[in-house]
Amino acid sequence: MKVSPLEKAAEATPQKLGRSIRGLSDRAIAWIFVTPTILLLLAINIFPLIWTIRLSFTNYRANRPNADIKFIGLRNYERILTDSDIWQTMQATAHFLFWTLLLQVVIGFALAWLINRKFKGTGLWTTIIVLPMMLSPAVVGNFWTFLYQPQIGLFNYLISFLTTIDPSSFTMIGEVSLAPWAIVIVDTWMWTPFVMLICLAGLRSIPDYIYEAAECDRASSWRQFWTITIPMVLPFLMLAVLFRGIENFKMFDLVVLLTGGGPGSTTELTSINLKREAFEKWRTGYASAYAVILFVTIFGLASIYVKALNKVKDR
Amino acid sequence: MTNWSLTEPSNTQKYVAGTLVAIYALVTLLPILWILSTGFKTPTDSIAYPPKLIFEPTLEGYVNLFTTQTRQTEEYLANNPPNNWYEQIVHDKGMVIAGPSRFGERFLNSVIIGFGSTFLSVFLGTLAAYAFSRYKVPLKDDLLFFILSTRMMPPIAVAIPIFLMFRTLGLSDTHAGMILLYTAVNLSLAVWLLKGFIDEIPIEYEEAALIDGYTRFQAFIKVVLPQATTGIASTAIFCLIFAWNEYAFAVLLTSGTAQTAPPFIPTIIGVGGQDWPAVAAGATLFLVPVMVFTILLRRHLLRGITFGAVRK
Repeated sequence: MKVSPLEKAAEATPQKLGRSIRGLSDRAIAWIFVTPTILLLLAINIFPLIWTIRLSFTNYRANRPNADIKFIGLRNYERILTDSDIWQTMQATAHFLFWTLLLQVVIGFALAWLINRKFKGTGLWTTIIVLPMMLSPAVVGNFWTFLYQPQIGLFNYLISFLTTIDPSSFTMIGEVSLAPWAIVIVDTWMWTPFVMLICLAGLRSIPDYIYEAAECDRASSWRQFWTITIPMVLPFLMLAVLFRGIENFKMFDLVVLLTGGGPGSTTELTSINLKREAFEKWRTGYASAYAVILFVTIFGLASIYVKALNKVKDR
Repeated sequence: MTNWSLTEPSNTQKYVAGTLVAIYALVTLLPILWILSTGFKTPTDSIAYPPKLIFEPTLEGYVNLFTTQTRQTEEYLANNPPNNWYEQIVHDKGMVIAGPSRFGERFLNSVIIGFGSTFLSVFLGTLAAYAFSRYKVPLKDDLLFFILSTRMMPPIAVAIPIFLMFRTLGLSDTHAGMILLYTAVNLSLAVWLLKGFIDEIPIEYEEAALIDGYTRFQAFIKVVLPQATTGIASTAIFCLIFAWNEYAFAVLLTSGTAQTAPPFIPTIIGVGGQDWPAVAAGATLFLVPVMVFTILLRRHLLRGITFGAVRK
């Protein structure tokens, strides 16, 4: 019989240590197993969060570590909520969120619905479609600036090929009216497969006999679609929207490399704005308050949404 | 041979659906193919109008990616003939290789940090997931929700205190710091996914082992772990892909010794702007491993990207 690496490891363990490990009670094992994870999460997630909250009440600047730290109460929060620039970034974020979610849900669901027709080669095509979402957003975002170049870029070329518009007459990432759409297109290209995969799981979870029963009752396929398919896939679709919503609210890497927030601040999403405040202007206290507000917003919206989701699930 | 069924789509339906999906797949593949092909173009071919589909492949992009070069006089070039194929490529442009570029180092950093953090998070994650799955840990439900909610924070918001913390502890721009950070971020995913996989292993196996005289710990090592191998492997790949692709923390917390490839690739500059073939070459080397893993992982993909919320 072959000796497995595990057995070798067991033999190599000193008798005394081995005995003491073996003699552990269930309770001790549970704690030994969980503690490292909890400690690490406390050190790298909770402790920084508390620190951020504390910093948010100060005028601390990370590029002047030796200056006095003054507690200024709620002043940072007050300034952020009355700042019109921040409302503009919120608006840019809302535009980005709305259109990416809408396009990804529509295209993703349509694709899943088509793939569920069980034609030959489904596996191959699904794998190809899924590829973009696994790639590094930074590297991909950077390369898309090349595709978006006027005249020489592949994107402009294809648009002009299909519509005969002059390819050098528009710059997707350089024009105020087009830049918000440029980031929506890339995000949709990248993340539609995500929605598609979840919808596909939803569609496949519907048992055939429901459709068979509907068929026997002579329900039209249109009616079957609206009364069986949609309600049964809805919880899955909502879950996909939750994940994409949280991710896109936090969106940074893809957009910062595509447009850098420009032109002007048309595509300056909240994360990019936050980075500017924290790591370019070095207003650490102010940025901390900003971060707390964002976290509370995401957390609040997500909790409300999860409640709605559970209601749909239980129905 | 197909069974006749009320719900089986007709052949026309299948044909139309297949065609539409194939068209979408090919369109979505275009940017990726463009990255792969641009890596083998000369800088002139890469910016040709109309875009060149057929071109003479060259490794110039890859040579530019791995080397730094300087321009030399014709006399110098004539007196120093190239010794091998890559010096030849550079020589033809009237330049000589001055030394290796930073790309190799950055790529190696990605490998070290990616694998280091993956190993740690899967190791810790397996232990925690087993405990969460099999024991009554106090506050279990809250803990799981807490673990998940750590993902709701924008990375930039987390980066502010981490930046200060690392500066105080001397962890800025170190491999250890990045490994710890990525481990912490990945742990939430790892624990959730692994708990799902371990939940699926019937507890009866362990009970049988306990009756046969195994201790709890032995039962964990000899009964649970071997059965969870697939789950552990796919969790590991997800952690690896996350650490591999991560940009926000990397760009804010590293600048030199520990910088990974994603912040580096966009800074590859050639003569007069970005050297697109070199960027594409770097992107190719960086993206291809992920594509291979995606194909290997396709059966567990859904579970990984939804934190185990959707299982198939």
